Amino acid sequence: MTDTVAVADGAPDVVTPLPYRVRHRLRETADTVTLDLVPVGTALPRYRPGQFSMLYAFGVGEIPVSVSAVASGGDAIAHTIRAVGKASEALCRLRPGEVVGVCGPFGNDWALGIRPAGADDPVTPLGTAPGEDLIVMGGGLGLSPLRPVVLHALSRPGFYGWLTVLAGARTPHELVHRADLMQWHALGEAKITVDRAEAGWTGPVGLVTDLLRHAVFRPERTTAFVCGPEPMMRASAEALMDRGVAPDRIRLSLERNMRCATAWCGHCQLGRVLVCRDGPIFTWDQAAALLAVHEL
Amino acid sequence: MAPDTGTAKTPPANDADARELAQEDLQALFDALTARGWTVVGPTERDGAVVLAELASADKLPYGVGVALAPGGYRVRRREDRAAFAHSAGPQSWKTFLHPERARLWQADRDGDGTVTFTPDAEEKSPVPRYALLGVHPCDLAAIARLDRVLTGGAFRDPVYTPRREAAFVIAVACGEPGELCFCASVGTGPGLRDDAPCDLAVHEIAGDDDVRLLISAHSARGAEVLADPRLPVRDPDPQLPELARCQTEAAERRMGRELEAEGLRDVLAETLDSPVWDEVASRCLTCGNCTMVCPTCFCTTTEDTTDLTGDHAERWRRWDSCFDLDFSYVHGGSVRTSGRSRYRQWLTHKLGTWHDQFGSSGCVGCGRCIVWCPVGIDLTVEAARLREEAGASEEGTA
Repeated sequence: MTDTVAVADGAPDVVTPLPYRVRHRLRETADTVTLDLVPVGTALPRYRPGQFSMLYAFGVGEIPVSVSAVASGGDAIAHTIRAVGKASEALCRLRPGEVVGVCGPFGNDWALGIRPAGADDPVTPLGTAPGEDLIVMGGGLGLSPLRPVVLHALSRPGFYGWLTVLAGARTPHELVHRADLMQWHALGEAKITVDRAEAGWTGPVGLVTDLLRHAVFRPERTTAFVCGPEPMMRASAEALMDRGVAPDRIRLSLERNMRCATAWCGHCQLGRVLVCRDGPIFTWDQAAALLAVHEL
Repeated sequence: MAPDTGTAKTPPANDADARELAQEDLQALFDALTARGWTVVGPTERDGAVVLAELASADKLPYGVGVALAPGGYRVRRREDRAAFAHSAGPQSWKTFLHPERARLWQADRDGDGTVTFTPDAEEKSPVPRYALLGVHPCDLAAIARLDRVLTGGAFRDPVYTPRREAAFVIAVACGEPGELCFCASVGTGPGLRDDAPCDLAVHEIAGDDDVRLLISAHSARGAEVLADPRLPVRDPDPQLPELARCQTEAAERRMGRELEAEGLRDVLAETLDSPVWDEVASRCLTCGNCTMVCPTCFCTTTEDTTDLTGDHAERWRRWDSCFDLDFSYVHGGSVRTSGRSRYRQWLTHKLGTWHDQFGSSGCVGCGRCIVWCPVGIDLTVEAARLREEAGASEEGTA
């Protein structure tokens, strides 16, 4: 019976982490940091925006985290982590020079596998048609997996149409990637809102979906990239569709419990999909039914 | 009625090469296997049940032991013959040996200057166990194929399962004695063995009044090599034996205690996610997870990270997990599936429905273990039929 179970010799070991060193640590908010990681020795394959790692804090545990930056010319990756459990707390405590275990890259990416077939194939690396508009909607830490999308789009002026970044957080103090947001805002590309203002806040107060009302884009030529808490993503998708964006042009990054990221552990099941294998990026026409069932 | 009737009505087509072995000579088969480096794992009677264990000799097989099954009930009973493989739905399945309930994946060591070294367990000196799985019934053979698809058929190959599976020598035995809760015939996995059944040796056990004879065919090159061992006292089969085997399989097919209407079940389950049937099942279900532990295809695992007292040696262990566990669906902020209703629904809809979407087949092989070992006797064939009835009723209502 061995005939049917052939294992490729030298198949990459995707279970054992590779050591990466913290090159730089940026405190984003009271409980969130961004770690710039570089390989100690062997590097993992190149990441694409939207993919994720399993990050291992020595002796404590492992969690799935999307990349918040991918180096265009090197092996460095960045992860933005909020301390909410024992593994994420240990990762947030890491200092420059310390070592973290990394497995990856896992999952599909924001381009959903839509790739240019050749040099003259008119598909952008984000899986859109050149010149089309991009709307990026991030709620809280949901902005982090979207950051590589924005950084990429800004690095290719003229390749994309109008870019709109809509970011929201509960309070101004909980906004992540502030330096980026300020820069994008100065460029006129970003609008930022908070649920509750604090002293010194002069921007809008309200939901991220409220910002969409004033955004300028061509719905039939727009692809939306959405990440945040599920209620925020549902509301964003509804608001985008109200503005005329087709459900298959709305892309979201979903989150579920993951123990392996290799489709063996069963934890990330969401109805018919395994989020680690079939996602984490889905279009709204794929995800709507899955998110509509309570406790699916 | 099953769309994929995988059961052969006849014993293996390579009848010409089939050999007969007397039950008293099973020790010679043990010897042939152990001489080739395999450890025989098979059924044996222990603590009032037929369990699977490493067997030192053929004496340990459960000769003349049968079982009496009921929802939430299991008793061994004495048979009138000395058949060794005429039992079903034991508390274990072969996944125990191929996909062990606990396995270490890797170790990590941190030295004084903070350097961390990861060592995969595959590089450890402990050799992969080489098991000869003796007495794999057709339902369980199908279960192994389902695990193959999940753990080796995707983009990544499981580092624990794959080498164990590759090393395993599989001796399948056609089922002549389905239990009261078996339904392999209706899901197309048994009770017979197809000519191309994915095993090394295919066996029919024919129990007479005063003797038990085994009709053995090779299904792989390795199997043929073992069967040709000169120390194995096999002979050309009694001409009546293939016919007896055929009759036994046909009779077994008619004696299934349960039936699961598999046709269209995936759609039925997708349409009934909000059914009150789930609430009613949840009022009985203890969410104990027994069904997932005994199921031969339930593969879910979780991980445990540990350190020793120095804090500089860490290990990653993997162990079986159950979708009935509240922590199973935990994401920051809470668990996705908190109600018992949603956890039973996850199990049943995955097993019979979304498994098709994820892995191209049903996850159920009709062995009946989940019914036997459910402490409150929940019967998935009954629940699936209720959901089907409801889906049909609602369709009529809208028509």
